[in-house]
Amino acid sequence: MKSQITNRMATVLISVCAGLMALIMIALVGYIFYQGLGHVTWHFLTTVASTFQVGGGIKDQLWNSFYLLIVTMIFTTPLGIAGGIYLSEYAKPNRVTGFIRSCVEVLASLPSIVVGLFGMLVFVNTFHWGYSILSGAVALTIFNLPVIVRVTEDALRSVPVALKEASFGLGVGQWYTIKNVLLPAAFPGILTGIILSAGRVFGESAALLFTAGLTSPDLDFKNWSPFAFDSPLNPLRSAETLSVHIYSVNTVAIVKDAPQVAAASAAVLALFVLIFNLSARGLGAWIQKRMSGKS
Amino acid sequence: MTLNKGSLFSMSDEPAVSTQDRLRKRRQNINVLFRRDSELRGKLAIYFGAILIILATVSLTLFLVWQGLRLFLFDGVNPLHFIFSNDWNPGDSAHPTYGAFPMIFGSFAITFLSALIATPISIGTALFMSEISRKWGNKALRPVIEILVGIPSVVYGLIGLTLIIPFIAHHGGGIGYGLLPGMIVVGLMIMPTITSIAADALQSIPQELKSASYALGATRWQTIYKVIIPAALPSLLTAVVLGMARAFGEALAVQMVIGNVTDIPHSMVNPAATLTTIITLHMGNTTSGSAFNHALWSLGLILLIMSYIFILIIRYLSRRSKVL
Repeated sequence: MKSQITNRMATVLISVCAGLMALIMIALVGYIFYQGLGHVTWHFLTTVASTFQVGGGIKDQLWNSFYLLIVTMIFTTPLGIAGGIYLSEYAKPNRVTGFIRSCVEVLASLPSIVVGLFGMLVFVNTFHWGYSILSGAVALTIFNLPVIVRVTEDALRSVPVALKEASFGLGVGQWYTIKNVLLPAAFPGILTGIILSAGRVFGESAALLFTAGLTSPDLDFKNWSPFAFDSPLNPLRSAETLSVHIYSVNTVAIVKDAPQVAAASAAVLALFVLIFNLSARGLGAWIQKRMSGKS
Repeated sequence: MTLNKGSLFSMSDEPAVSTQDRLRKRRQNINVLFRRDSELRGKLAIYFGAILIILATVSLTLFLVWQGLRLFLFDGVNPLHFIFSNDWNPGDSAHPTYGAFPMIFGSFAITFLSALIATPISIGTALFMSEISRKWGNKALRPVIEILVGIPSVVYGLIGLTLIIPFIAHHGGGIGYGLLPGMIVVGLMIMPTITSIAADALQSIPQELKSASYALGATRWQTIYKVIIPAALPSLLTAVVLGMARAFGEALAVQMVIGNVTDIPHSMVNPAATLTTIITLHMGNTTSGSAFNHALWSLGLILLIMSYIFILIIRYLSRRSKVL
């Protein structure tokens, strides 16, 4: 009888934990949107940030976030997929492979600020790239690489061996098999992972403080030459992203409406991360369905 | 594969071929690199990716170690003094002091306190997902956890700043900044990390173990307590250690709520500081090459060393879980 009561109590307690977790999520997301979305207007999204006056927006920060995300993804995706293919297809079980695995593990568990410090030391100071999109993107690449490597490796490993054997059985070479059989089969998994990691990169801030910088020149959206200092495309200009903006508005800025700007920026940031999250799940499932011919 | 290799190695051992043939073969050799679908080119691209991962990790470690050691090598600061002393005043031009103990203490305090509040709820949720209702766990709780993982750390910091600090200050906690809001914010952040790894570990426990326990007449709680948790213990500990590693390295969210005062705090609601917060606070405004700047890099070195220690602990634990 006693054990029954204990069992009942434990069940209730565990369920309370689960309920609490769900409640925390709803409360956090609800709070962010409740506080912020009221201030998000078209004007807010299309006005430049202001240093002294009330009424600044986040136009440049939003652009910087996306530009940095795209440049990072251009660096990370091929490298990460190459690393994942190496680990799942080419790697022999020897010391070198073990070492690469440890490297991926180390990179994955390093705090992002440590990656930011490395970026500052090497790209900003030693290579003299300064606080720039390029420095930020390379730092974020180091930060994001292990995620893509793991995702690719997992996706390739979950491809049925029969597919690979059939291809080899037809006398097809290894690289050709990877390119035309394994990668297409693993594509939904890899794509989901890439979009999820894009959400992570989009919200990252600590690695960018000392690589992409805390400021951003007033961008001239009519000048698209990548060499002009105020061009949106210039990779060697400093760039404050949306998440860094939330931090800097709260710590160093002196505008009076800083709480509103921060809350609205947080809502926009969370909204985009949520969109990345949902689209990753949706898109992956949709492609899977199309490819398996069940649509 | 075989075709290309043949064209690569057949040149020397076939002396009696016409010039035309030889020229064609040579062209093939060159083309091995430039043709689409070239095996060699694919292999080179893949190996390049793998080598770059090694290069990034090794250079990151070496650069940060070298930069972190400068304070001890060139500025003559005693490493033991740096770790154990309480006076941190590197900005003082006459008598700079480099005692990082308050920050080290703050980092460890945040790490353990946040793990303390996050672990019970996370393991509870993970148990719910694997033992009580897998259907609800996978359908409802997994998305919840994924959304929580996705929320950027600055947003957590902002919530701490605008919601938790005023709440603490209102209920008699001084100005509100300190270890308490830091521990709550970081605890919330690491909860989804711990939960998702713990849930994976619990769900991979073989069904036979549970069935055997139930067949002996054990209740669900007895099964969880006596069978499932002992079997999954190394993996559960891995989950907690990963959460702690994340807590130790968290920078901006903590910086926004902890108050950044480099003294050992007397209570949970006294302003404190951690390694990461002092680095983010001063790195941008110290001249590079100065002793103050070197001291910040040394704080970074401690962070790096601690991350490696966390990795070693996780490796040890995962070896334990493979034995089982």
